[in-house]
Amino acid sequence: MDTPQLSSLYQQLILEHYRNPRNKAELDEKTVEIHMANPVCGDEVRLQLRIEGDQIAEAKFIGSGCSISQAAVSMMTTRLQGANLEEADTLAKRFTEMMHGDESASKDKTLGDLRALQGVSKFPVRIKCALLGFDALQEALKKEVGELGGEPH
Amino acid sequence: MTSVNFDPLRIRKDFPTLAQTVNGKPLTYLDNAATSQKPRAVLDAIDSYYEQDNANVHRGIHELSRRATIAYEEARGKVAGWINAADPSECIWTRGTTEAINLVAVAWGLDNVGEGDEILISVMEHHSNIVPWQMLASRTGATLRYIEIDDDGRLVLDDLDALLTERTKIVAISHVSNSLGTINPVKRITEAAHAVGAIVMVDGAQGAVHTRVDVQDLCCDFYAFGGHKMCGPTGIGVLWGRRELLDAMSPFQGGGEMIHIVGREESSWAAVPHKFEAGTPNIAGAIGLGAAVDYLSEIGIEDIEAHEREIVAYAMEKLGAVPGIRIYGPTSLDERSAVISFTMGDAHPHDISTILDSDGVAVRAGHHCAQLVMKHFGVSATARASFYLYNTKEDVDRLVEGLAQVAAIFG
Repeated sequence: MDTPQLSSLYQQLILEHYRNPRNKAELDEKTVEIHMANPVCGDEVRLQLRIEGDQIAEAKFIGSGCSISQAAVSMMTTRLQGANLEEADTLAKRFTEMMHGDESASKDKTLGDLRALQGVSKFPVRIKCALLGFDALQEALKKEVGELGGEPH
Repeated sequence: MTSVNFDPLRIRKDFPTLAQTVNGKPLTYLDNAATSQKPRAVLDAIDSYYEQDNANVHRGIHELSRRATIAYEEARGKVAGWINAADPSECIWTRGTTEAINLVAVAWGLDNVGEGDEILISVMEHHSNIVPWQMLASRTGATLRYIEIDDDGRLVLDDLDALLTERTKIVAISHVSNSLGTINPVKRITEAAHAVGAIVMVDGAQGAVHTRVDVQDLCCDFYAFGGHKMCGPTGIGVLWGRRELLDAMSPFQGGGEMIHIVGREESSWAAVPHKFEAGTPNIAGAIGLGAAVDYLSEIGIEDIEAHEREIVAYAMEKLGAVPGIRIYGPTSLDERSAVISFTMGDAHPHDISTILDSDGVAVRAGHHCAQLVMKHFGVSATARASFYLYNTKEDVDRLVEGLAQVAAIFG
């Protein structure tokens, strides 16, 4: 097996998001909040969304953990502002595919800055770090769709 | 000082796993507090049992069963000698330290702890010496109390006499902290606990590995340790208990081996240690651990301990000089075992571990199953380098070189 290069993992963009995370704050008017933690390492994310109709009006998060988990969720929130639920769901799925080594996903421009995390797929033990925020997003979407389909909002 | 015969480079040759490269670099294994590597002698003992003597123990009349039983019981004698137990029957085979603690919490705890009683543990404990007591407390209505730790990662024992009351039934304390390396004054705690009539269970997962343990001198009532951190296989450990306590206790699990006579409604129990060993045991594991005790005894635990002290002193000096590093636990080398937990600037321990791994350096990153310790120091995780008999100063140098790369990326 080729030795994966550290430089492919720790791209400047990732370190920049780690040091200056975007949308890291409490969201006062949240409609859904999902707390996700990785008990193995202590990485934590509380993803907060304000959903209006089928649109994510605002996305913020509170979290702590490694550079990969925190940069991934920061980048994710930048793509979520104003996205509709289907777009958000597609984003989560495409990103997960990229983490599992799907070449076409890694070239998908809709992923934006998130493509900088492509190198994580070469470090199997770190993939779950990158997916933490997206797992929270998928939980949030499931909850939202459940509520829309079930009781009146 | 180690004796002249102690040579870590020669010792390394006994460990097949150490002779490999990881990510193109020689393996620098510094995750010994999680598990140790295994010497050829242990691997051979396990192979030899399966290839020549494999049979169930204490059941057959045939030759193989006889041989397996002898090897299995000889191994019990070896671990008894390792901790200076008064008699091998006081040593019960378990799956590991965790099962040994659970055995005491259930088999001793449910009969001896009741509503309003108190269980005293410490903030420093591994989760395996916290959760079984929480479960016992919730089942019995007892109260769990904690010995706090100070900012050097030592137990705060000034108010020990206030924490121990006539309601205290058991004190469960680690011999050596897995997350901080702190060596605890077990004997002092034992004496204070006995003065109020409480018994003491010592979690020796990191203790019996690195230092001479004499359970009679410690005056404790139970001592638990596992095989895999001391060159033995996984899935085997030992609970040592004072004979009169073990005799009075109810069984832990029911099944074969642990019975005397089975009737339709009730049964009677075998004598200790078999009373606590229901089902076919981990025979190969016990034999492997016996071989590990032989291996370590031949080298000498005093030499191993002296060697580890040298490595830790060197590592504390070298790591202490790394810019941005914060080391947790006692600064005094007399109070610290072969574990060094640290963080570095704003680099998360996970990232530190990944970067070190790219240099072939294996350390642990995380909360080390000690979330109460992490909370005390206000961190979610630390990186942890832990040393053993085969580590060298060059290993420390490689660790420090790897940290320079962490600084280059995160600095």
